[in-house]
Order: sequence, then C-alpha cells, then structure tokens
Amino acid sequence: MNEEFDVIIIGGGITGAGTARDCAMRGLKVLLIERNDIADGATGRNHGLLHSGARYAVTDRESATECIEENMILRKIARHCVDETDGFFITLPEDDLAYQAKFVESCRAAGIRADIVDPKEAIALEPSVNPDLIGAVRVPDGSVDPFRLCSSNIMDAKLHGAKVLLYTEVTAFIIEQGVVKGVTVLDHKNGGRAEYRASVTVNAAGIWGHNIAALAGVNVGMFPAKGALLIFAHRVNGIVINRCRKPANADILVPGDTVCVIGTTSTRVPFEECDHMQVTPEEVDILLTEGAKLAPSLSHTRILRAYAGVRPLVSADNDPTGRNISRGIVCLDHETRDGLKGFITITGGKLMTYRLMAEQATDLVCRKLGVDKHCETAFTPLPGSEGGNLEEVSKSLWSNPLTLHKALVGRTGTRAAKVSLQQKEDQALVCECEEVTVGEVKAAVERLDVHNLVDLRRRTRVGMGTCQGGLCALRAAGILGEAQKCTAKAKDDLRQFLRERWKGMYPIAWGDTLRECEYMEWVYTQVLGLQKKEVK
Amino acid sequence: MKYDIIIIGGGLSGLTAGLRLQKAGRKTAIISAGQNALHFASGSFSVLGDGVTLPEEHPYRRLPMERYLDEVKPFFAEAGILLGGDPHVNGWRLTPSGSFLQGRFSLEETRLFSTPGELSARKALIVNIPGFLDFNTAFLADGLAQRGIETRIGNLDVEDLTRLRTSPSEMRSVNIARVADTVPHKIIGGVKALLSDEDLVILPQVFGIHDGTIPAQIAAEIPAGVLFVGTMPPSVPGIRTQMKLKRAYESSGGTFLMGDEAVAPVMDTTRVKALRTVNLGEHLLQADQYVLATGSFFSKGLASSMQKVYEPLFGLDVRFPEERTDWYDLDFFAPQAFGGFGVVTDGTFRAVKDGNVIENLYAAGSVLAGCYSQQLGCGGGIAILTAFAVADNILEAARR
Repeated sequence: MNEEFDVIIIGGGITGAGTARDCAMRGLKVLLIERNDIADGATGRNHGLLHSGARYAVTDRESATECIEENMILRKIARHCVDETDGFFITLPEDDLAYQAKFVESCRAAGIRADIVDPKEAIALEPSVNPDLIGAVRVPDGSVDPFRLCSSNIMDAKLHGAKVLLYTEVTAFIIEQGVVKGVTVLDHKNGGRAEYRASVTVNAAGIWGHNIAALAGVNVGMFPAKGALLIFAHRVNGIVINRCRKPANADILVPGDTVCVIGTTSTRVPFEECDHMQVTPEEVDILLTEGAKLAPSLSHTRILRAYAGVRPLVSADNDPTGRNISRGIVCLDHETRDGLKGFITITGGKLMTYRLMAEQATDLVCRKLGVDKHCETAFTPLPGSEGGNLEEVSKSLWSNPLTLHKALVGRTGTRAAKVSLQQKEDQALVCECEEVTVGEVKAAVERLDVHNLVDLRRRTRVGMGTCQGGLCALRAAGILGEAQKCTAKAKDDLRQFLRERWKGMYPIAWGDTLRECEYMEWVYTQVLGLQKKEVK
Repeated sequence: MKYDIIIIGGGLSGLTAGLRLQKAGRKTAIISAGQNALHFASGSFSVLGDGVTLPEEHPYRRLPMERYLDEVKPFFAEAGILLGGDPHVNGWRLTPSGSFLQGRFSLEETRLFSTPGELSARKALIVNIPGFLDFNTAFLADGLAQRGIETRIGNLDVEDLTRLRTSPSEMRSVNIARVADTVPHKIIGGVKALLSDEDLVILPQVFGIHDGTIPAQIAAEIPAGVLFVGTMPPSVPGIRTQMKLKRAYESSGGTFLMGDEAVAPVMDTTRVKALRTVNLGEHLLQADQYVLATGSFFSKGLASSMQKVYEPLFGLDVRFPEERTDWYDLDFFAPQAFGGFGVVTDGTFRAVKDGNVIENLYAAGSVLAGCYSQQLGCGGGIAILTAFAVADNILEAARR
C-alpha cells in the first residue's frame, strides 16, 4: 500500500492527537500512527490535574506561565473534559510557612490567581483536608479527563480529514538522500506491513520517542522517570489539595469523576521497563503515608487501583550527562540539528501544555511545507464542547434515568445526543458502577476506534468503578464480540482485560481489594470457566 | 438465650453443620449476616480436582473423606435438594464460556458429564434472552463449535420478560427468574416456537428460584434434549439451594437469625463464653460450643490490612506469609497464595488463638487454613465435609 500524506505523526498520546488535530485544521493531509491504543502511555497514566501552574511558580516561571495560559484555554475548548474544582496549596505544621509568601508572590508574578485562605475557612470549603493545616492558598487548579481529552482531539482530527491507524507500529523510516520520506509499519491487528509517505514526519511518541528517533538515526537524550499513583474509590475531596512546598513525592490529591487520585513518586527507570510498569510495595507505602497528610481519611478509604506512567524527560542538548534536564517543551528540527530533513521531534512538556506543544510542532511543519495558516486550536472548541449548553443537552435526554443521562453528558458533552438510547436494549446498563449503557458502548465501538475491552474502558469508563470490571467485563465483551463478529477474540480480550485490571489490583491487594480479587478469580475462572488457556 | 451450639455464618458450611447437629437432637442457632458464597455458585459442588496433591495442612487430611462423600447425597435429599454426580468420581460441567470444568455434585438442573465428549448433539439451539447480558450465548456457541457441535442462537420473545427491560438494571438472573417462574408455559411456548431441527436446547439457569421443579417441567415439555447452563452471579440454583437448606434447618427446630452479625465475643484464653450480636445488643447469646463458618475474604470471615491477614471476630491465629508480595501471583490466572490463608485449627478443627486451643470453638468451611479451594478445586467439599466433621467432632466430644 502506498499513500502520500503531508505529514505523518507518530504517537497517539495527547501530544500526537493534538498535533494531528492542529495539522488537520490547517488543511494538511494527516496520518497518525499509534503502536497501541490512544492515551496508552503517560497521557492515560497521570493525575488528570488541570494545573494552574502554581506548582511550578517558584521553581520554573516559564512552565508556570504556560500552564496558566493553557489552563484558561482548556476551560473553554474542552469544557466537557474539565472539572473546575480549584485547588488548595496547604502548609502543614512540619512545613515552613515562610514559603507561602514566596509562593503567592511567584504565582501572582506568573499571572496565576493566588488567594490566601484562613485555615478554618479552608476546612469549611474542603472538609477532607488535614485539619492540622496552618496555611492555605487557593489557586485555579482543576481536573481534566485525559482519555476524553485525547479522544476528542483524535475525533476532531478525523472530522478534519486525518487518517488514524491504531495498533500499528513504525518499524523503519524511509530515508532517501538524507531526507525522511515516510515510514514502514507493522499492523498488529492483522500482521500486515505497509509503507506510508509524507513530506514531514513528526515524532510525538513520548518516552518511546527516544527509540523512534534512534530508528531515524538521530539521538534525542531522554530519561524515563516513573511516577506511581493510587486511585481511591470515592471522591474524597472536591478541591485539588497540594502541599505548599517545593515539589516532592505524593503531594497532589486530585478529584476526578467519582474517584480521587494521589501521586506521584519519581524514579529513574531503564528504557526496557517502560512497557512493563509495575507499582512496588514501597511506592504504595509512600503514596499512602504522604497522601494521608493531605487528607487523613485516605488512610481508611478503599483503594481501587495502583498504576504508573513514564514522564518523557529530555536532557538539554549538548549535555550528555543528563544532569541539566529541561522540563519545558522541546521541539527539535532535525534538519538544523542533525542534518536530517523532513523530521521533527516534539517532546518534554506535559499534559497541560499539549495544545501549545502541538501548535509549536504544527508551526514548524507548516514552515517546512510553506503553508501559511494560523493556529486556531486556542479558541476552537473540541467535539463535545462545541455550541450549545451542557445543561440543555442533558435536559434533551430527560426521558432516561437522571443519573444515567448525567453520567453520559459528563462523558460525552454535547455529543451525548448522538448516543442512541431510543431502543430499550440500548438503555440497559453494562457497567453499574459508572452507569455506562449498551447504547454508549455501541457508539464507542462504532465511532471511537475501539479494538478491545481495554480500549473500551479508556473511551467509556467501563470497568473503572468499584467492581473494577468484576460485574461488567463479560457484558462488555459480549457486545464487543457481537460488533466485531469474532467470539474467540472476545474471549482473549476478556482474558487480557482481567490481566490488565489485575496489574492495578495486586499492588494494593489487601482489605476490600483482596475481597474483590478473590471474587473476580472465582467468578471468571470457576463460574464463567474462563481459564488461562482453553482446556481441550 | 442459651443454645447447645451457636454457628456463626449461614452459608453452605454453617447450614450443613447446623442441620447435622439439629438432626442429632441438639439445640442450635445460626447467626447469618446475609449473602453467602451460594449466591455465587457455579452450579456444581467441586470436591477435589483430578491429579492434585493435598498439601499437608489441608483440612481433608483430618476427616474420613470417602465415608462422608457417601453421606452427601442422602443428607441433601432430606432437605429436598437432589444432587447429581458420582460421589467418588469427578464429572464435567459445561460452563457459560463454553469450556468444561470438573465438579462432583451437581445442583438439581445442572448436569455433569462423565467426559466432555459425552455431550453430543447434531445441532444445538442456544436460547438467548434479549437484554440479559450475564449469559453470553456467543461464548457458549464458540465453545460448542470447538467440539464440533453446530449451534444456532435464537432470541426468546416473551412479553413478560420484555417488560422487565424498561428499567436499565433489571435484566439480572434473579429478576428474570421471578418473572419467568410465573409464566413457565409461555417460556415453553417461546422455546418451542424457536426450535426447528435442533436436537439439543441450551437454556440459562434462570428458572425456579423458589420451585426447583420448574426447570424439569420446562425440559419435559420441549421435544429435544434440554441442558441448563449457569449464568454470571447471582446464581439461581445456588440461591434456591440456600433457601431449601435454611428451610430444612428451621423445620428441624434450628433458630436462624437472619441479617444479624456476631460481634464482641466474651471469652477467656481457652473458652468462648458468650456472643453479642448487632441486633440483640446487650442481650448475650450463650452456648456450650461455637462454630465459626464465616467463609473467606469475600464473605468477610477473613480480613486483611496492609500489614496482616486476620480473623476479625475472635482474633484467631491465621497463617499467612509476612511479605505482602508473597500474598499473590503477578498472573491473574495463576494459583493465588491467598487461597491458602485461614485460621489455624487442631486435629478436630478447634480454633487456636495466641497459640492456645479454644476448647469450645470449631471452624468449618473456607475460613480454614490450607484450603486453596480454587487451585485444588475443592470449594464445595471444604464447605460440606468440614461441616460434617465439625458437627461429628462436637457430638463425639460430648459423648466422651
């Protein structure tokens, strides 16, 4: 197969998705290639914090300014992905209260609203906060659903004509006379190989971008930094809680949907580990001990899951030791840097600044292609956040049960009306924890590139609730199997889904989670009879 | 209130022990918190998988297994529960994913085959109840196709069931059974209308929640072989079995304290003296002997924290490895170490606390250490046979 594109983007995380959208909106013919599913790397493995930038105000003014600007933009263009909770930076008795003054001053200098709140008032506003706090500053933090954000960017890129290939891995670059002309790929779905050509190729593969650059014969010095997090089964806090001190382990607690997330740790790991992140007991201990200092009730709240992501830290150019790490956006033109034409790398940065990263990468792509079009992503709403008011959409679904349509509108925004709930069978609940209906699952399978149950979880939250798939995984597997007309694959999918859920459960396998483990093992292996392999 | 024996736990093990003791003329009470493992039953009781070696600490090593196995069917028959299967040889149960797993005693409408190959049919009709997602007919069809059995999936169209679907969470096994049981003739008619040239009909186990004869009535009216296959929980035959056992226990004079929970035992280093329950408050329950049949983690007979595994009611000695990383295997489908955790008991199943045997406290069922029920395929046997043993040991101790 040979197809010509203006630009090939490697990576279906938020950076690649945002770049695909921006390029497509500027009229380019775009191909996005992702090895696994969208949001499979660091995009889907972080706090989901809509940073105000306050965290970086003291240590990194540039990042702080970028954050607050993007924060305000996302509230407009991605309002269906954002929960405007605000955040507290609390000072505990063991912290230095003098830091607070410096913190507030730095925030204000970076353009971040920062109001000192009396500790008593802070407790009244956020009852879960550690009552021993001696200081609190309120900032415009929030939470953002990274799966939804990534999915919306992909959807809009496709609406603007982009082609998206998931489960497709770049195996080599086509380089002719010092110019990158395209890539060869392996399609993991069917084992097929293909070639795709484009004038420019963008490496937006996060930490895996290190290997992608190496495939093209250039070196981008990256350092994988693992961050572990825990999800709790309840939304303990309504307002983001941070520690008012220099950034450290487990000092951010973010509410998101029905849960809350504590994180992170930070550990250098070898590249080989990036594909097999495991949360260690030591990391769990740190997260719980430090987390309970932010909100004491965490010590007796059920933990749903442990997970870890890898930050793509980039060493500043010409510093092979990696000591001088840049936390900002890194956009490399390999033509000027390495003499390799038609290839750029966009990396560093963070979830919060993905749109700006995409804008910088797209600007560079356009310069190379001689295209004179301006970026419009800062004010063009994403699908789900466009015209119309969410409450109106919610009302239009009034005939469905209240919690059900609220959950649906929460997940899909103004696109909720496009999910069919007319048929009774579509109203049936697949996932009772997160109130996901058959109709929503079907819509995701049809329109959102769902290939397996894990993909489905990323699009719809099926299996993300308190039962962790214990009740709903078989139901979802049935619908998916029917849509894909392949039952053998659906059984394998179910096994993969259970293994994937297990990975997040065993690091915290005590208390209610151990109960759930025993139940899942019994129901799936004994009652349903799903064994490791088919018993002949 | 004073009893001869108080049993804590109203699941398969507690009810079996209670019924056996009542039959021996003892005055007993069962304290039952609510749901139990029978609600999640597979359709057959497993006793022990073929070719597995019993660990040294396994409870079976302390009971007369062969004799007890012969007693199981008559014991349940007296409670109106007809079990199938050869007590000494494993049979094979067709699971809802289309695979075959071993089992020893089948619950009423569930069938055990002597080998997976014994299930033979030219063509099977798999009956799908539209909207009922806890019975995956495609999985079943796929499993049968692998055995060379041609299948067709037919949608059962019965108005009474369609009406259930107006509420998004109503299509669950028990709700379907409650409706279907009022109109068995319509179910029969619906299945007959679907049937064409098939010689086997496969139906989900969603019939006869109270009346176990309904599945047989349906089978008798359908002009083809009929096989009932389990669903995802709740289990209709499991709940029916639990209700029948409870009824038999109460008819034999036992006191079933439903929805109550034992708390704060009064005890010294070697004896339990009394129990408090949530509902009875300061009113103490007293007995000569006590039986702990509270189940494992899921039933809350065992509990755990980050640091330890413990027995939450009496604080009995529990066997478990110190390092949390030794509690589980990284592969979901591998045998899990936590399956062997449980309370330590002596040769007659008397529990141990702080190294001392509690003379009048026995433990039965999956709360016991060393069971590895899922790994060894012995869950049902552990519940029933250890309950027999505990009841007999109590009676024996009284004789001495």
